[in-house]
Amino acid sequence: MVLSVQGLYKSFKGKPVLEDVSFELGKGEILAIIGRSGAGKTTILRCVNNLVKCDRGTIQVDGMYLCKDDGEKSNYARQADMLKIRKKLGLVFQNFNLFPHMSVLENIVEAPINVFGTPKKDAEQKAMQLLEMLELEDKVSSYPFELSGGQKQRVAIARACALNPMVMCLDEPTSALDPELREGIAVTIEKLAQEGMGVLLITHDMSFAKRVAQRIIFMDEGQIVEERSKDEFFDNIENQRVKNFIGDYA
Amino acid sequence: MIDYIIRLMPSMLSGLQTTLEIFAITLIVSIPLGILVAIGRQSKIKPLVAVLQVYIWVMRGTPLLLQIVFIFFGLPIIGITFDRYPAALIAFILNYAAYFGEIFRGGIESIDKGQYDAAKVLGFTPAKTFKRIILPQMIKIVLPSIANEVITLVKDTALVYVVGLGELLRAGKIASNRDASLTPLVMVGVLYLVLTALLTVVFQKLEEKYAYYQ
Repeated sequence: MVLSVQGLYKSFKGKPVLEDVSFELGKGEILAIIGRSGAGKTTILRCVNNLVKCDRGTIQVDGMYLCKDDGEKSNYARQADMLKIRKKLGLVFQNFNLFPHMSVLENIVEAPINVFGTPKKDAEQKAMQLLEMLELEDKVSSYPFELSGGQKQRVAIARACALNPMVMCLDEPTSALDPELREGIAVTIEKLAQEGMGVLLITHDMSFAKRVAQRIIFMDEGQIVEERSKDEFFDNIENQRVKNFIGDYA
Repeated sequence: MIDYIIRLMPSMLSGLQTTLEIFAITLIVSIPLGILVAIGRQSKIKPLVAVLQVYIWVMRGTPLLLQIVFIFFGLPIIGITFDRYPAALIAFILNYAAYFGEIFRGGIESIDKGQYDAAKVLGFTPAKTFKRIILPQMIKIVLPSIANEVITLVKDTALVYVVGLGELLRAGKIASNRDASLTPLVMVGVLYLVLTALLTVVFQKLEEKYAYYQ
């Protein structure tokens, strides 16, 4: 198990966004969290990546506590541990958030070199391997504005992979892509899982979840409504809310 | 005529030197100070933000000439005395740091919040995020506005005549009065034009240097 989330609560300005969310993610597993916009999917991802602090709950990444609930509130890891935990997490943003002033290679090696002190040569070698795996070798010295949406996404994946994370999170990976590129990102995600990463992806794209995920969590109004393996999920949909959402794909 | 111009040269060049000194020192100090002002304006420490707001209001809301007069002629009345040169510099630096601070703040605020998120998940500290991610992108955004301010600064240096510093305009005015001639004033004008033309080229080159990305 590379990620464990227990009893996660979060509210913004008194309005609950997450209520008692618990799930686990195994090594090499692909888990999709689906649900309509506003269901709290992105907030889960932001909590797991410590971009927002949860109110209550425990999050464990590869055995280390990002935050631990003491029965009253959630206590976060100290700064030094936080950096170790960050290294185990990768996040690919919905709009990628590449650094526009850096080349593809610089985007990938920036954190390994300047945050984690990896020697430049090793970091660049690793970056080249990643770019090769993602079929971007020829874009190594391009700048983000010169890339297509699909290429930017692969650079973002390479950047997130550069620290050898155990958990790879992807926020709406198909939203910025042309339909014909969806199979490509599905294959890439499968490759990451084969490398041993746990992949947590968030999407409202049902057909994509059906294509790539091994397990599916359905969320509505901040709560987990259903959690099943993919086949079970699509074979026996009992919950009315899930039925409404899935519609044609069932 | 040519002889006259050559005879004027030494006093003009000495005036030009003072102009350039005030220009350079003001820039070198007020730009980093402006960055600090911009960072301070974004701080969560409310009193600091309030103090900086008042500072910017005063500096932008009153004439630079008044600020120079205030520091050199006004402050001695309450026992704070500066020589003419430091008095002029203090006024210029404080004034320009306020303008630069507002330009930098605009630049920083126009950078997508996603850049901070991306830096954070990659383990960047806030200081590293600013230095490696925000600052380089901000420079590109603010360059045209900074170029404007810098050209204004060249011309503003003429204001130091009020404390009796021998800068370019003063050198021209003295020669013009003494010789009852228009030539020194024309020369002063030409020298300012040359300076601003040079700066325009320098900033064009800088903007080209940052044009490698969008």
